[in-house]
Amino acid sequence: MGAQLRVFRRRIRSVQATKKITKAMELIASSRIVKAQQRLEASTPYLTQLNAAVSAAASHASDVSKHPLTSKGEVVDEAAILLITADRGLAGAYSSNAIKEAEALATRLRERGLNVTFFVVGRKGVSYYRFRGRALAGEYIGFTDQPTYADAQRIGHDLLTGFLKPESEGGFDEIHLVYTHFVNMVTQSPRVRRMLPLEVEEKLVEASDSRNLPFPLYEFEPGPEAVLDALLPRYIDHTVYTALLMSAASEHAARRRAMKSATDNAEELIRSLTRQANQARQAEITQEISEIVGGADALKSA
Amino acid sequence: MAELNVAVVSAERSLWQGSAKSVVAKTPEGEIGILPGHEPVLALLVESPLRIETTDGTKVLVAVHGGFFAVDGNNVQVIAETAEMASEIDVDRAKAALAKAQAAAGEAGSPESKAAKRAETRLNVAMGGK
Repeated sequence: MGAQLRVFRRRIRSVQATKKITKAMELIASSRIVKAQQRLEASTPYLTQLNAAVSAAASHASDVSKHPLTSKGEVVDEAAILLITADRGLAGAYSSNAIKEAEALATRLRERGLNVTFFVVGRKGVSYYRFRGRALAGEYIGFTDQPTYADAQRIGHDLLTGFLKPESEGGFDEIHLVYTHFVNMVTQSPRVRRMLPLEVEEKLVEASDSRNLPFPLYEFEPGPEAVLDALLPRYIDHTVYTALLMSAASEHAARRRAMKSATDNAEELIRSLTRQANQARQAEITQEISEIVGGADALKSA
Repeated sequence: MAELNVAVVSAERSLWQGSAKSVVAKTPEGEIGILPGHEPVLALLVESPLRIETTDGTKVLVAVHGGFFAVDGNNVQVIAETAEMASEIDVDRAKAALAKAQAAAGEAGSPESKAAKRAETRLNVAMGGK
């Protein structure tokens, strides 16, 4: 076998091996998208109930707008961003799109004269900031493909602690969330959402029920304010949880798409390499024949 | 006889749904029992076992780790942050977890002691469910 042919065969084998891997990753990602979506759906009853309860408690509590979680500090000078990226790469531009969005948001906040602090979820985002030598207030890694509620609680707790710190110690006045919204299997777009201070929407109260009374006349235990105090932090946790799940679904969708095109490219490469290998093989045969014929001719004429 | 429609929901999924004769839960102010026709209540839950007696007389135990519940007419919605059914808890593992959590527990109010309390509730529920 000629040297050229051997090189082609070797390259085909290596591309085939790569293709097997990318194909497997594509399949795994597809099944995980569905799982993440199911978990997102499973958590909606909780949110609906929480919404209703918060609105009910808010309508009974004395003054919601004075609640520490719904008001900013007097001087608005500190902001925090919670950025959700992936732990692993090979997901196309998923992480870098989210980072870009967060950076744009940070620039906007800085223009308003705010100090920006970052909380980052996912190894990719963390290493982006580490490499640039920028300090992070929080790093959360190791769960982005299957986030649990406990992960969300941990993050929510850290954010709340930062928000409730007194002004003089650098408590945040605003907390923003950057995550990747799962539009459908082909489209995912990074989104920015303001998490804190909370806006308790009055229209929720009106829209929640068609009966005369928006809520049953609940007896609150221990009391409407205490209930509200306990419920609002749950809101944060759940917002973080939803964002984590949404981002996980987006991450898998982005990975699936990236791996699909990698598999397609590998197939294309294999096809063209096979052509070239065949050509080389034929050239080799032709050469051998002409050598034999040439040799026989030489013998005859001698 | 009137029945209660009970739904137990945690942040991650819905756990149990069905009709019941009574529900007993624990709030920061103490235990509260809900029977059909109870007045509307919205109360917080503390780390505790939640007891449901279904219409066919069986008892359902759920370990709830924080959250709240709302009673409206004969509908009872239990919204727990995290919750586990008695049948899902492995007694041996719960025991081991409790021992470990108690060993690590520091003063009251610390995260470790909360974990110990959680482990205790789980074990309680798991044992009571048998």
